[in-house]
Amino acid sequence: MGGFPILSAMLLVPLVGAIACLFSEAKTARVIALVATLIDLALGIVLWMNFDVGGAQWQFTERAALFAGFDYALGIDGIALMLIMLSVFLMPVCIGASWTSITKRVGEYMAAFLLMEVLMIGVFMAQDILLFYIFFEASLIPMYLIIGIWGGDNRIYASYKFFLYTLLGSVVMLIAMLWMVMEAGTTSIPELMVYDFPPQAQTWLWLAFFASFAVKMPMWPVHTWLPDAHVQAPTAGSVILAGVMLKLGGYGMIRFSLPMFPEASAQFMWLVLGLSMVAVVVTSLIALVQHDMKKLIAYSSVAHMGIVTAGLFAFNTQGLEGAMVMMLSHGLVSGALFLCVGVIYDRLHTREISRYGGLAINMPAYATIFLFFTMASIGLPGTSGFVAEFLSLAGVYQISSWAAFVCTTGIILGAAYMLYLYRRVAFGAQVNEDAAAMPDLSTREYLLLVPIAAAALWMGVYPESFLAPMRQDIAVLDARVSRAAPQGDAHFKMGTGVSAEEAHAEGEAH
Amino acid sequence: MELSTSLGLVLPELILSLSGLVMLLFAAWGGDRLSSSISVACCVALGAAFALVAPSVCAGASGPGTMAFFGQFSADAYAGMAKLMIYAASGAALIVAPRYFDRLGAMRAEYPVLILFAALGMSIMVSASDLLTLYIGLELNSLSSYVLASFLRSNEKSAEAGLKYFVLGALASGILLFGMSLTYGFTGGTSFAAIQAAASAGEMSTGMLFGLIFVLAGLAFKISAVPFHMWTPDVYEGAPTPVTMFFASAPKVAAVVLLGRVAVEAFGSQADAWRQVVIFAALASIVVGALGAIGQKNLKRLLAYSSINNVGFLLVGLAAATQAGLAAMLVYLAIYVVMTIGSFTALLLLRDAEGNQLETFADIAGLSTTRPALAWCLLLIMFSLAGIPPLMGFWGKLVVFWAAVEANLLALAVLGMAASVIGAFYYLKFVKVMFFDEPIDRVKGEADTANWVLLAICAVLISPVGYLLTGWLVSVANTAAGSLPLAG
Repeated sequence: MGGFPILSAMLLVPLVGAIACLFSEAKTARVIALVATLIDLALGIVLWMNFDVGGAQWQFTERAALFAGFDYALGIDGIALMLIMLSVFLMPVCIGASWTSITKRVGEYMAAFLLMEVLMIGVFMAQDILLFYIFFEASLIPMYLIIGIWGGDNRIYASYKFFLYTLLGSVVMLIAMLWMVMEAGTTSIPELMVYDFPPQAQTWLWLAFFASFAVKMPMWPVHTWLPDAHVQAPTAGSVILAGVMLKLGGYGMIRFSLPMFPEASAQFMWLVLGLSMVAVVVTSLIALVQHDMKKLIAYSSVAHMGIVTAGLFAFNTQGLEGAMVMMLSHGLVSGALFLCVGVIYDRLHTREISRYGGLAINMPAYATIFLFFTMASIGLPGTSGFVAEFLSLAGVYQISSWAAFVCTTGIILGAAYMLYLYRRVAFGAQVNEDAAAMPDLSTREYLLLVPIAAAALWMGVYPESFLAPMRQDIAVLDARVSRAAPQGDAHFKMGTGVSAEEAHAEGEAH
Repeated sequence: MELSTSLGLVLPELILSLSGLVMLLFAAWGGDRLSSSISVACCVALGAAFALVAPSVCAGASGPGTMAFFGQFSADAYAGMAKLMIYAASGAALIVAPRYFDRLGAMRAEYPVLILFAALGMSIMVSASDLLTLYIGLELNSLSSYVLASFLRSNEKSAEAGLKYFVLGALASGILLFGMSLTYGFTGGTSFAAIQAAASAGEMSTGMLFGLIFVLAGLAFKISAVPFHMWTPDVYEGAPTPVTMFFASAPKVAAVVLLGRVAVEAFGSQADAWRQVVIFAALASIVVGALGAIGQKNLKRLLAYSSINNVGFLLVGLAAATQAGLAAMLVYLAIYVVMTIGSFTALLLLRDAEGNQLETFADIAGLSTTRPALAWCLLLIMFSLAGIPPLMGFWGKLVVFWAAVEANLLALAVLGMAASVIGAFYYLKFVKVMFFDEPIDRVKGEADTANWVLLAICAVLISPVGYLLTGWLVSVANTAAGSLPLAG
């Protein structure tokens, strides 16, 4: 790649696009946004192709002392690379999903989305802890506007709840970051990742970071902002919220909580596992009784994130890999499910499940694609969901068979609520005339859904493509936390057999 | 020390006072016809003073060479940086005023002269290194301010604001004088150096402690820190908007910087004695400023509570009682001044078809569809005041809390930061009303170039572009804070 600052370029393209959109007519703004996100996708592919798997831990690093107190420092490892790919892949889809459904204030809408893209990939690229915080927090502003301006009827409440909830979670983390910078004398994330903080301080720092990431994830019981935000956000807003913003929390845990505070992570392992178990079971049960499609999928997101957190705190490579694949898979699948909801919402303008029914008859192609993503969400072998759930649960099993048992019930419950949703929407009699008259997928909708389906299938059939870049980084992380890793409860007892010679010696004596 | 050296050190103040006196004569004989030319002349005087102070700030002037009139006046970089902010804010108050007063037919030639005298008073305040100099500067500023608050003579609210400000201000001055007399009685000196010498000699006597508390209380009134904040919402609401903008910016800078100097230069060796007072005032200001703003419907009242809230964050920097803390306080002040000028300039641009000022939330509903540029500028300012990155308001909060963490005031940092979320609630309301509500299209006022230019400058400075200036700002603030003698 030579000295070309590709990471800065990836930040700059959508930023320039956002400013251009702000001053453009609706039609031009749509085209500008699509072009900008596609350029970023192309840059992302170039980035992936040039990523040296098995090479240096931090690649494409850039550093400039532009600011006082912290640096403009960018760089990625395999974990960040995969999440950046997820973001740049979903962004053109989001723009496409809003192509016709957004008619008011299009320029500002597109600008907000492009700004979101800058901030989200900035979070994954940041190599300076304060730069990370700036990107991490700044993403609240465009999301607040997206929910508040283009959201549903109850959008004001949802936007406030979203903003204040996540802000309260993060401010304490900032104080913890300042303390860490003072203690370690550096703001560089790679250096902080290998700095050993005193175990007593780790406890407090871990809690401060956890407050932020748990809200962002979101973990039970601080998940309540998510269903509101999802339901009120426009379709593309939900896609980006579920697809990428929730991953900020998981990324934070894998980048900060685990490597910087291994002892504290071990100390709080049961807190995380306990909350994850509750999340998986409780939110799955809540999802089962929803009447609103988006709310159902939102609760299923919380349940899936529960498996991510359980996998992260399993202190082994399977768990970490599983959690990462789960984040990628969930980003694709739940993003696509929100798109599927958006497709029929655009036609009937309701999210009530009971207003639909028998869509397999008049929308066969839609029903097929929806079924694929339903299965991927359940974790059918061959789809990305299976790889994710299998790896994470295998990791959790090593540390606690009970936690693995409880989390696995989530898969059964997941199958229950997703299949129940699918039955009510796609199968059965066509009770509503207007729903029965809806046309099948348009070309634009095919273009949005098919690439995601292909990616989910690819991840399910050959996950090695996605695991390979992350393997080395996960191994490094595993080695880092292994010194604090708690004992698992699977106590294998080796039998104490008698050696053959002894047995024979005994025989000879007779 | 020779008289000429001393006079050289107070040259900016000399320019201000001489041009103020000359302008006063022009105003007396020329009448209100000359008000615009007097405004321009006052701006030029402020600019000249600015240009004279700037080199000493950049050079980081400090030490005995900066003391004038036998240690009564100190022209060091710390005072210099505050003066730059004061002159800039006063200049802004002159620029936005004519348009506002002309419509009411109330533009008088005294306005620029009063602003000039207030700036002179503040200039003396921040340079004071003796209790008497302090008091002279403070009163010169206060007396000008009382008149400015009631500048719209026929307006009841404005008259009420002036009277309230005067009565409560006089009370605060009394408290301050009482504290100063106690301090003098128990230390035997009025210069900060003498007080420092007496205070560090041994245990702090009860009388000296009382003196310190009363001085702090008097100054807390001037910066409207809780629990001495009650006058602020009424005065801010009643005073003419350009004057409110002036009150919220320049005198805040002067009083906070003065408080920092008194705390460090006079009582620096007894930091533990005043630190708890400052911590209490900081937290109380953050919380009361945030809670009080929630129910407000009038935008000026809301910004008054916002300024109380901001003073809390400034005091967090002072509570650290370190050089980094003072530097952080100066950085926060600079950002606060820009945000304040920006927000009030935007308020001044809110006019209906007849040119009346609009001041309530109901008037700006849906502003983003009718006046997108104004709404986006206000959005930037509000998110910046709320301290959301990547806007500059976040940087200000970051540096003060950084200083607090480094001074091991973790509990203060955590509580202050958590309380800042309450503040975010009402700043969000601004954005909600402008962007989410149905437009009512009441804002009609035509373009006003001077205000727009000022607003655009402020918006650019607090946008992420402003971060490119942080390196320079922090180094200036560090040298400025470094020019103060910090006791152990």
